[in-house]
Amino acid sequence: MTGTGVGRVILDVADASAGYDETLVLRNVDFHVHEDQFTGIVGPSGAGKTTLLRLLLGVVEPRTGSVTREPDLRVAYVPQLETVNWDFPITVDECVLMARTEQRKLPWASPSEKKKVADVLERLGIAELAHRHIRALSGGQQQRMFIARALLREPNLLLLDEPTSGVDVNTRHDMLHLLSDLHDDGISIVLTTHDLNGMAAHLPHLMCVNGTVVAEGTPAEVITSDVLEHTFGARLEVLQHLGMPIVIDDYAGRPTTVVS
Amino acid sequence: MNILDTIFAPLAYDFFDRGLIVATISGALLGLIGVYITLRGMSYIGHGLSHAVFGGFAAAQLFAAQFYVIGAGLWGIASALAINVVSRKQRIGADAAIGVITTGSFALGVALLTKFGSRGPSFDSALFGSILGISTFQIWGLLAVAVLTLLMVVFRYRALMFTTFDPDVADASGVNVSRTDAMLMIVLSLTILATLTVIGVTLVAAMLVIPAVVARMLTNSFSKMLVTSSAIGAGCGFVGMYLSYYAGVPSGTMIVLTGSVVFALALSLRSIRSAVNRRSHTADAQALSVQGKKMPVTF
Repeated sequence: MTGTGVGRVILDVADASAGYDETLVLRNVDFHVHEDQFTGIVGPSGAGKTTLLRLLLGVVEPRTGSVTREPDLRVAYVPQLETVNWDFPITVDECVLMARTEQRKLPWASPSEKKKVADVLERLGIAELAHRHIRALSGGQQQRMFIARALLREPNLLLLDEPTSGVDVNTRHDMLHLLSDLHDDGISIVLTTHDLNGMAAHLPHLMCVNGTVVAEGTPAEVITSDVLEHTFGARLEVLQHLGMPIVIDDYAGRPTTVVS
Repeated sequence: MNILDTIFAPLAYDFFDRGLIVATISGALLGLIGVYITLRGMSYIGHGLSHAVFGGFAAAQLFAAQFYVIGAGLWGIASALAINVVSRKQRIGADAAIGVITTGSFALGVALLTKFGSRGPSFDSALFGSILGISTFQIWGLLAVAVLTLLMVVFRYRALMFTTFDPDVADASGVNVSRTDAMLMIVLSLTILATLTVIGVTLVAAMLVIPAVVARMLTNSFSKMLVTSSAIGAGCGFVGMYLSYYAGVPSGTMIVLTGSVVFALALSLRSIRSAVNRRSHTADAQALSVQGKKMPVTF
């Protein structure tokens, strides 16, 4: 699997620090996003994963350092489901069409826009849900809807905030396979997650973050007890299963639960 | 008196005709803008801005009584933009920013009117609305604001919807969120100013909220909510004006009371519908159980 970042650099974060008000969340971050990137950012809550994503997106400006994007780079973003206002009166197709806000001023969709929306919903397997209210979807369908909105922007780089959070195991696998397919189609992908084992199984490149970049590399390189202890501040045992690292919560030296 | 007399008798009076036109358009306009305001969780801003405009209304009369509308409008726009900037840039919530800026402005208005008196509409008319003395200028002003608002809603429909739903992603998608917010605030100020005459300072906020909330109960589509809310607002303005005429109470009061009744009806209908749906689902589940199709519960 490619995706470890060997192609052209399309977005470059150099020695950047970022935060909100007086709080600095990220310090001295270097991150080169390549054209074939497929990276999972992992770290504990409050580690700055979402801030790093927002830095890449351009809605957070670096306090120091720089973020440089290719001039024709199109970035699309899939928000964390927990942050969405599900009571907002909007149907699936209305939501997806938001991606075309700056392309057309009139409220109604043009025939070509209708076709594009239908095509992208079809591609993601939710075409029959086009006229449903967004709350009437399952967690996996809601993720697909926001991915459809992102894809309508025809992005080079897709950023996803916790796409596997709050969904069941099957949906999580479907989601990661879908992202893998999109990556194979030539879209660079960076996502944040708490799901260490899912990432180890599906992603070629991981970055551990806790206020700064602790480590990055292949899952085999990054998922080690030492790196995870630096990242999460707790000792985690790592086992090998069929050539893949599996993380075990080794609290007080006694294995208890599998981290997922 | 039969129903036709009830409807047509007040129309013989020129002041009522003007009031009816202004109240209906005001209701539609407030219903339209109210969709954005309620969905942005800024219901309190209508209350605040109407009070801020009152400050401008009082202050402007001291310097140029004939231009008090312009003075009040500029004051309202400045207050709206100040609220927008303060709530976004500083660590003060929008509700606190509205509370400080607009109540201060209202207090100034009351102080000035008490000290120097009014050379424009009376204190009570400004507070509770009145259909007396609506000028042709005011009708044209309201129509101009209505056209401006419609143009904004049509040509910035997508940007307004996106920034209302998800401002961060809208920003990242190339939508100028600050400009869109500022535009909405300006149009809101002008709408409040243009509708104050009939609805009144203290009641205009209710007409920003009630039609939109009722419309939200009736539809899950954004575009349909805009149309429904405008229609409910217009209906409340129209009916409220007649009730005001026959009851002999300020127009704003009856318009808002009509809206409140519509809200109560919509809420009751929704509750009844939910109860019926629940009962229907329960009956379906029982039928399945009787047919032996109930899923076994395992632990």
